[in-house]
Amino acid sequence: MLDGVDLDVAAGEAVALLGPNGAGKTTLLKIVATLLRPSRGTATVAGHDGARDPEAVRPLIGVVAHGVQLYEDLTARENLKFWATLAGLPADADTLAQALAEVELERHGNARVRTFSAGMKRRLALARVGLARPRVLLLDEPFAALDARGRKWLEARLESFKAGGGALLMATHSFGRELGAADRIVILAGGRVALDTPRAALAPDDVQRLYAAHTEETS
Amino acid sequence: MAWKDLLVERRSKETLNALLFFALALLFVFQFALDADRERLAAVLPGLLWLAFILSGMLGLGRVFLVERENDCWEGLLLAPGDKSAIYLGKLAGSLALMFVVEAIVLALFALFFNVDLVPVLPGLTLVIALGTLGFAAIGTLFAAMTAQARARELLFPVLLLPVLVPVLLGTVKATEALLLREPLADVAHWLKLLVAADVIYVVAGLLTFDFILEG
Repeated sequence: MLDGVDLDVAAGEAVALLGPNGAGKTTLLKIVATLLRPSRGTATVAGHDGARDPEAVRPLIGVVAHGVQLYEDLTARENLKFWATLAGLPADADTLAQALAEVELERHGNARVRTFSAGMKRRLALARVGLARPRVLLLDEPFAALDARGRKWLEARLESFKAGGGALLMATHSFGRELGAADRIVILAGGRVALDTPRAALAPDDVQRLYAAHTEETS
Repeated sequence: MAWKDLLVERRSKETLNALLFFALALLFVFQFALDADRERLAAVLPGLLWLAFILSGMLGLGRVFLVERENDCWEGLLLAPGDKSAIYLGKLAGSLALMFVVEAIVLALFALFFNVDLVPVLPGLTLVIALGTLGFAAIGTLFAAMTAQARARELLFPVLLLPVLVPVLLGTVKATEALLLREPLADVAHWLKLLVAADVIYVVAGLLTFDFILEG
């Protein structure tokens, strides 16, 4: 449950949400994504209130949560085609090939998702949300299931997304490379913002120390 | 949506196989139970036929949204911009296609098992089956979406669906009975009108309420 969370993410900025299990990270992401309605307060994206006008928010956001929103019995290309068509986006062969190439899955376009590793599914999920060119990315544990190369690749993708003016809110349990793309670190504990600080001045050890200090206070 | 559902089904064959085996098992049971009594058979044939359609259809419709639970695709549908009634129509079209395939096979087996000559009544029967299946699938798809996220969905789905299906069941069984007795199609016009009215109401209800159901 969230309580009095006040958070802004600017265009071109990435915020990493840290916190123990049950701190409210996923709940916060779901509220911003219009998948949950807050009992009090508002979550706005580009000036649109998600609870009042979810249809105005949804075209602006891309969500990759624990479930990758892919059909196991469809191929990678068929999945992209389905989601693009459903959203009224171009689904021609060139567009799909480009989307697959952007996540380095061009050689696996005709393979069924059932045969993919967890990391490949994550990359395909990013290709899926990328089709709509969202202005806001909401990622839940984006680096989970990625190997070292995949993590480096995703970090570069997130930096590129920010550079293009995108806003990024990601929930994570990690303190390492995942935080590289983050401009701010927000620690949630007990549903409240325990710390909101720029990341640049912090070393990984500092983050870990702050995390322990703020989450132990509330546990 | 319909293309996706049929493609997934073509590859997994989970629902189609289950429906066919279930319908076949029902026909076997009916055949063994009624084989000796041809007179009684004629009276109960329409009911048996629709019992096979409804039970196998309910099995299929109950699974329509299960594929969306995998990998949280349900959330993807919810987040997709645009009119959600298109998702309903797609799901309905996919369900109808699957049900028509099963019904065609069941009908052929029905004629074979019970030695009934359906050829003279086939055009009228096809119309009744098409109208009945549309109404059944239209309201079934809606209730399948409604119960997809419920814990006791296997129980809730038939409990909610069957009472609402009464007009369709009544219309289809009565019209089928009349057609099998070689009555002209004009004589069952009132049942056909009931089926058309039920179809219109169920499809419109689906289109108008699906958005709210998906949003939960």
